[in-house]
Amino acid sequence: MTALPATTRKKLGLVIDLDTCVGCHACATSCKEWNAGGYSGPLTDEDAYGADPHGAWLNRVHSYEVGEGAESRTVNFPRSCLHCETPACVTVCPTGASYKRAEDGIVLVNPDTCIGCKLCSWACPYGAREYDYTHGVMKKCTLCVDRIYNETLAPEDRQPACVRACPTGARHFGDLADAESAVSKLVADRGGFDLLPEMDYKPTNKYLPPRPRTFEAKAVGPVAESVPRPDGSAAERLFAWVDRVLST
Amino acid sequence: MHPAYSVILFTTASGAGYGLLAWLAVAIWLGALAPTGAPAIVALVLALGLVTVGLLSSTLHLGRPERAWRALSQWETSWLSREGVLAVATYVPSGLLLLVQVLASGVWWIVPAVLALLAGVGAMATVWTTGMIYQSLPTIRTWSEPLVAPVYVVLSIASGGVLLALVMALSSAPWRPLLLVAGALLLAAAAVKWLYWSRIDGAPRTWTAGGATGLGRFGRVRPLDGPHTQANFVMREMGYVVARKHAHSLRLLATGVGFLAPAALLLLASQLPSGAGLFAVAIATLGVGLGVIVERWLFFAEAQHVVTLFYGAENA
Repeated sequence: MTALPATTRKKLGLVIDLDTCVGCHACATSCKEWNAGGYSGPLTDEDAYGADPHGAWLNRVHSYEVGEGAESRTVNFPRSCLHCETPACVTVCPTGASYKRAEDGIVLVNPDTCIGCKLCSWACPYGAREYDYTHGVMKKCTLCVDRIYNETLAPEDRQPACVRACPTGARHFGDLADAESAVSKLVADRGGFDLLPEMDYKPTNKYLPPRPRTFEAKAVGPVAESVPRPDGSAAERLFAWVDRVLST
Repeated sequence: MHPAYSVILFTTASGAGYGLLAWLAVAIWLGALAPTGAPAIVALVLALGLVTVGLLSSTLHLGRPERAWRALSQWETSWLSREGVLAVATYVPSGLLLLVQVLASGVWWIVPAVLALLAGVGAMATVWTTGMIYQSLPTIRTWSEPLVAPVYVVLSIASGGVLLALVMALSSAPWRPLLLVAGALLLAAAAVKWLYWSRIDGAPRTWTAGGATGLGRFGRVRPLDGPHTQANFVMREMGYVVARKHAHSLRLLATGVGFLAPAALLLLASQLPSGAGLFAVAIATLGVGLGVIVERWLFFAEAQHVVTLFYGAENA
């Protein structure tokens, strides 16, 4: 049903650190790799080797330049489904294919009942849903629902593929309903924020802002041994001769 | 927003068909049309034909049209589902009305009249839900404007009135007041649409890239590297901007060809002998059709989705 659960027992989601993300796209490619064969599979690519390749991806990494001059910075910005508490993408769905799970808050699309009307993608402010032109149904982040509860995987692999792949630890997975969870503490410590809060979709995923820049000049000591000046000594001429012999 | 041809054809054809159903009920209850007479039958068949062509066309933009029946299930939350339910429900009285007209034309007047009334009410409710599908989306500023659903209803009534005028002119059963009322409705539709355009032009663009990314506190946000080299679904569907630069000319075209000229033709037709009057009404009908199609195209092409902020739009 597309009616939303009044509450969810957990609010599983991601916390993304915009300070440490290096924009390597490992999260995006590992997401594509896992989900092409997972719950949302296939994730079809169109014209993959042609002039206009495009396809369904569930995670996208933007890079922005923010600020001016010496104050400017590059911020890499991964963007995927935020598993909102009040997602209009679910309530606009005419078939019930889109739903939010009462047990953990994950927003999913049932690929067997989706009619591919695309209205949910219109309702999402975050561009999280991508239509699969070949499969004819909508695709979105599943929070790797087929990994996080998967007891055939090693315990350390029971987290979303993007989190597992991130080389800088910029992505964190956990229960944001639990104030004592590591992700909730991280959000509290670092001032985690919602995207477009004025839309009132109440995103579960949080973003951690880049840390403040430090501009004070630090005294930099001698960085390398200085090269001795030539003094014409016998030892120096000996070493110069050895150098020439060895160089020929 | 990408204007899907199938959706434009759907809302134009079905809107006119539903408007004609509403006019059929009005004309029957005002005594201008015999409920089981030939003009009423022609009007009903034309209305149901337009509605059906439109609804079938709307399934063409689905990825899985064979599952379209599932869209009837979520009427509790989804305006699209409500539209589907009401569209199907409206077939019941209108289908029964057609049966009565064809098989039981001698029946007591009130039976077809009540069926026509139910069909007309269902038709208007269906058009309202169509408008609400768009108006209920907070992600598109020009669509969440409260005039959107009223514009859909007014355009449906205006185009339906022109169609009924055409049917009555064809059947040489002219009803002069209809020509005047339909012409006045076209002028009203133009006025409401211009009010809508002036509102969306004047509305503040409060969403910014800095707000969307949460990075505005560090300064102006601009894209450095895109996430992909070619346009993805989000950009193809939500980032569509073709013809937005021609918006002003297209607005004038839709208003002139779609509303003002047909209104003048209807007024002219009311003063002409029936043959020339029929010609004028036929031209007016074509003009309204073209005008509504241009208006629907603009409705999509001028709609800027908030997601474009992530792709380089400075505000929305």
